[in-house]
Amino acid sequence: MAIDWFPLWLSLRVALISTALALAGGLWLAYVLANRDFRGKDIVDAAVTLPLVLPPTVLGYYLLVLLGRASPFGKLWESVFGSPLVFTWKAAVAASLLHALPLLVKSARAALESVDRSYERAARNLGASEWSLFWRVTLPLARRSILAAAALAFARSLGDFGVTLMVAGNIPGRTQTVAVAIYDAVESGNGAVARMLVLVVSAVALLILTLANRLSPSRI
Amino acid sequence: MLQARLRKTFLPKPDSAGFSLDLEFSATAGVTVLFGPSGAGKTLVLDSIAGFVEPSEGRILLDDDILFDGAARVNLAPQRRHCGYVFQNYALFPNMTLRENLEFAAERRPRLERHRRVNEMLEKFRLAAAAGRRPHEVSGGQRQRCSIARALIGAPKLLLLDEPATGLDAPLRTEFYGVLRQVQEEFNTPMLLVTHDLDECFELGEEMLVLRDGKIVQVGTPREILDQPANLEVARLLGAFNLLEGEIRSLDPGRNISRVLVGEFEIEGPYFPGHLKGDHVTLCVRPEQLAVAPRNGRPGPNQIPADLTRAIETPHGMRLEFSNGIAVALAHSEHERLRDNREWVIQFPTGLLRIV
Repeated sequence: MAIDWFPLWLSLRVALISTALALAGGLWLAYVLANRDFRGKDIVDAAVTLPLVLPPTVLGYYLLVLLGRASPFGKLWESVFGSPLVFTWKAAVAASLLHALPLLVKSARAALESVDRSYERAARNLGASEWSLFWRVTLPLARRSILAAAALAFARSLGDFGVTLMVAGNIPGRTQTVAVAIYDAVESGNGAVARMLVLVVSAVALLILTLANRLSPSRI
Repeated sequence: MLQARLRKTFLPKPDSAGFSLDLEFSATAGVTVLFGPSGAGKTLVLDSIAGFVEPSEGRILLDDDILFDGAARVNLAPQRRHCGYVFQNYALFPNMTLRENLEFAAERRPRLERHRRVNEMLEKFRLAAAAGRRPHEVSGGQRQRCSIARALIGAPKLLLLDEPATGLDAPLRTEFYGVLRQVQEEFNTPMLLVTHDLDECFELGEEMLVLRDGKIVQVGTPREILDQPANLEVARLLGAFNLLEGEIRSLDPGRNISRVLVGEFEIEGPYFPGHLKGDHVTLCVRPEQLAVAPRNGRPGPNQIPADLTRAIETPHGMRLEFSNGIAVALAHSEHERLRDNREWVIQFPTGLLRIV
């Protein structure tokens, strides 16, 4: 039985990149939501959470409209990189990001807010800028929870199916992630391959969630 | 020199009663103590001065700087106020060693000076040996000294201390008072200290502000306030008094004498200006100002007979509690002398009786 491991490697790569992107964007968003008061904050908060509840088809549709070849972003992408974004593995990153971001923002915000305010007061009182307060006090103190959140986001990115299928398609050896490959294998009656991939994905996810639990400070 | 006029109102909400802070005070060199029960607004005053809370109205001046002015819309960021703050839980950054905590605070000093300054503070506050450890790895006393060193390293113009000795055991407390006195001598930084402990006021305070329900009810040295509480409220807050209901029977300004009926006995006090014959008053007298004697027949002048209900051992001697609610503090030797006594009279001093 020859199993093509490409979908697994692709999925890991996609999940890693989307987690990194989610970490960068999500931390900033979480910081803003945790520290700033502005009009429409509730709406931003809800919009960030939206991907958790919307059907994958709806999300996929939005992404196609947003990133498709006819959209302004799609055109810009194509003129800069010379090829379209949709139906490449990079579109799969965008799809995963949609799932990783809400998880990360939610947990990171909670983590940042759970840091005892007296540390932040102390830092300000000692003359620290908001920047250095964040990087040297708040973030290190929330570090474990945020890493746990990142692990969770990684696991979630690994498992995306619907949105990826809609925006990246199912091109074997190019955009076929492990979730799509399993679907493909089952559909074509390739039970042995499906079983193997299912087991490996489950094992990887279990490993990551165990790690996330270890990291989360609530267990200590 | 700190001058503050503060007003801050919290409207009542379904889950909390309203509260309003409205006070004015100044603090000069030395230690000024903000004394009051919990919920009086003491910490709110510190937080307003440090810039963590914005008052609704008022003005805060520190030396020549305006930290806050409601009318002129000045509200300096906490970073620019140059007030050291010693937090109740010390708030030492747990992710840094003691040395790193000090270095963090020293960053606004010139680069060349920082290292020397940090070492100097570590020496001065006897932290050199523990400098490489994190706050949770060192003793309570070291944490406390480190938090004071950290607050002072930026050479603040004022040091704010929020109940710094609460929750410390007796030896640490004594050590802490020693450290604060050392700070006073070496740094000469004015301090504003919040406490609800009367002993602490005496230990540290040159000036004492009594705070209740967001207002200052009395200002003075601890001694002055203990000698003459401004009103019944203050006397109750200080918690160190016998409070007796009485009626003024006679007043004689010429001889500086008054007579007050307490229960069925007359007690002689000093002349009370501003009161009239027949006034119902509350007398206050501290347990250590009273004396006891064995009862022999009819009680003499200024004596009230009473039944002993309890004798309690205290660090300073004995405390006798009587059935009429009066407590008397005695030295141990005195109590030894009287230990087999069954019937008692309480002896009131003349000059020390106060009306609140």
